Amino acid sequence: MAVERPQPGSPGYALTTLESLVAWGRKYSLYPFTFATACCGIEVMGGFGTHYDLSRFGAEVVRFSPRQADVLLVAGTINYKMAPVLKRIYEQMLEPKWVVAMGACAASGGFYNNYTVLQGIDKILPVDVYIPGCPPNPEGMIDAVVQIQKMLETGAPRAAERWPIKA
Amino acid sequence: MAELEARRTSGGKLDMQAEPMVLNIGPSHPATHATLRFVAELDGETILKLVPEFGYLHRGFEKESENATWTQVFSYTDRLNYVSPLMNNVGYALAVEKLCGIEVTERCKYIRVLVSEFSRIIDHMVCVGTNMVDLGALTNFWYFWKPREEVYLKLIEPLTGTRLTTAYGRIGGAQWDLPEGWVETARGVIKNSILPMIKDVNALLTKNRIFIDRTMGVGPITPKEAVARGFTGPCLRAAGVPFDLRKDQPYLVYDRFDFDIPIGEKGDTCDRYMVRMEEMRQSVRIIEQALDHLPGGPVNVDDPRFVLPDKTLVYGNIEALMNHFKFIMEGVQVPAGEVYSATEAANGELGYYIVSKGGGGPYKIKVRPPCFPLFQGIPHLVEGQMIADLIAVLGSVNIIAGELDR
Amino acid sequence: MTEGIKSVVLAKLGERFGDAIVATHSDFGDDTAVVRREQIVEICTFLRDDPALRFDMAMDLTGVDYLGEEPRFEVVYHLYSLEKKHRVRIKARVPEDDPTIDSVIPVWVGMDWYEREAYDMYGIVFRGHPNLKRILMYESFVGHPLRKDYPKAKRQPTIGPEE
Repeated sequence: MAVERPQPGSPGYALTTLESLVAWGRKYSLYPFTFATACCGIEVMGGFGTHYDLSRFGAEVVRFSPRQADVLLVAGTINYKMAPVLKRIYEQMLEPKWVVAMGACAASGGFYNNYTVLQGIDKILPVDVYIPGCPPNPEGMIDAVVQIQKMLETGAPRAAERWPIKA
Repeated sequence: MAELEARRTSGGKLDMQAEPMVLNIGPSHPATHATLRFVAELDGETILKLVPEFGYLHRGFEKESENATWTQVFSYTDRLNYVSPLMNNVGYALAVEKLCGIEVTERCKYIRVLVSEFSRIIDHMVCVGTNMVDLGALTNFWYFWKPREEVYLKLIEPLTGTRLTTAYGRIGGAQWDLPEGWVETARGVIKNSILPMIKDVNALLTKNRIFIDRTMGVGPITPKEAVARGFTGPCLRAAGVPFDLRKDQPYLVYDRFDFDIPIGEKGDTCDRYMVRMEEMRQSVRIIEQALDHLPGGPVNVDDPRFVLPDKTLVYGNIEALMNHFKFIMEGVQVPAGEVYSATEAANGELGYYIVSKGGGGPYKIKVRPPCFPLFQGIPHLVEGQMIADLIAVLGSVNIIAGELDR
Repeated sequence: MTEGIKSVVLAKLGERFGDAIVATHSDFGDDTAVVRREQIVEICTFLRDDPALRFDMAMDLTGVDYLGEEPRFEVVYHLYSLEKKHRVRIKARVPEDDPTIDSVIPVWVGMDWYEREAYDMYGIVFRGHPNLKRILMYESFVGHPLRKDYPKAKRQPTIGPEE
């Protein structure tokens, strides 16, 4: 943790390296880009709502421009017509960026195994966190954001650094 | 306004030898619910020609349902209009039951009416909420999301087990009966959540000067044009045509309830909003009447051809065991034929055209989505007006991409 | 042809268009008429304008693929009358080697995209359609996916690794 406090509640002082400070700042101010196409999009909206409040975790500022966002939250089925659009949005985002595949359709095509559905966005993008469910509870989405925050805190490598995966 | 008309009627000729600008309002756009695309030819801010494109959420519902059994298709129908999934289940169950020639029990009919009306309320809440977000009024979105969460957590989740993709209907009945205390919880949700929020949003919007300027006169349509283009649902009723399947061709037990159909006058965005708000109040009326008269009795029809046998019998009786096995492996056996059955979904007439060649699965299922003709009619509503009006109209017409693309 | 038909709609249709109506039935409560594809626009105009029928709203248009039967495809129209509150289904068979039929856009302007979808999914060509292009699938897609001989999982990826 970047900030030391002698007693809980008292003002603290920064006591650590610059990277930890930057990580601490980043993890509590993630800007999601919600690429919400289908039913999972409704649960994303529920996650930002007042009952499952995502702004407690700092990720409430939703930016609809890829140039201003950190986390690409893909919620919903991606088909072959939409896949080039998704890839382009990902390429327009600035480093460092994370990708969250929300729901069964984004993770692996869901129960649609046919001529039109891309079987998982990890065929075209590096994915950091997969959220299972059809659709996942908004609590699952909160869990994904917390996982990314943990990745930031521990300095774990992002999926983009291991991409493309060579078989 | 007069020069806009002149420009529109003169085939969009621009002055000063200018060329129209082509703008792509692309598929990843917050106001287009992230799956619709428009290519607009603009003169300044005025739209001269608009070409919509969709298909970015085409998931192959028909092809998948051709390889599934009759009961497995319920899961696919949930994802059609994903803001009111219970209504899609009910519509599909009614279509297959029409083909089989069976009629469900009284209690099941009342339960189907209850879930349909709750789904209608939450669908209208999403529509008005997101429409207002597109116009910049975020508060209504948060206000409407609270009763939605109440309906999800207190009503739909105890009833079906999940929040959104319910697959609650079955051919010949429903998955299971209402849990204990559901009726009282429903009354509580209506009194404490839904009605106060409708009142609050109404107070924020209906007499608001900015809202009226943004929505009155935007995207009007005449009744004749609306009928020719196949509009149904709140958009047609806002144009002045009193067409509602619950009154004109009543199904389930809608003919026993006392409710009104709100009709608009000019068919513009403000009328569509008012029709939706009033429909929510009328749905509350129907729900209260249904809760008062909910009969007892079984939920599933007593017919071994369509309903799974009771579990105690399955474990004890060999015929019930074989019956259970055949159902799960081969599916419900539905006679050959074709049928078209329509219900009044939140957006309009949701029709299912089912072709069956006997057997455990369908030969073809075509869904007639209510948004399809509405999306087709958007260029007619918007040409000659400005881009900001396009956003207002698009939100008020309530295009759900899951239904539009299937 | 018109004896024994209880439905007003089918009786009037049979009486006016005699031999263009191939078959009629009212199974499961839906009035259905199978017609010849050559006269589809005339039949639809009559259905829309006749004062006793008044089918002013065209609800749906779709195609069905009966693989193995000849003619293979069938174009199905569902109509509704706001005034008289009745429905009818019109079907027209279209053979595989010449899958064309006249477009009914002159009768109901809202049938535009339904015909494009039937073209996209089944390959049925509508003569006289102003803009017959693919609507649900992407432009580079080859084939017509809802035909029964198109395998369900045959993918044509636009991007990404082949599957």
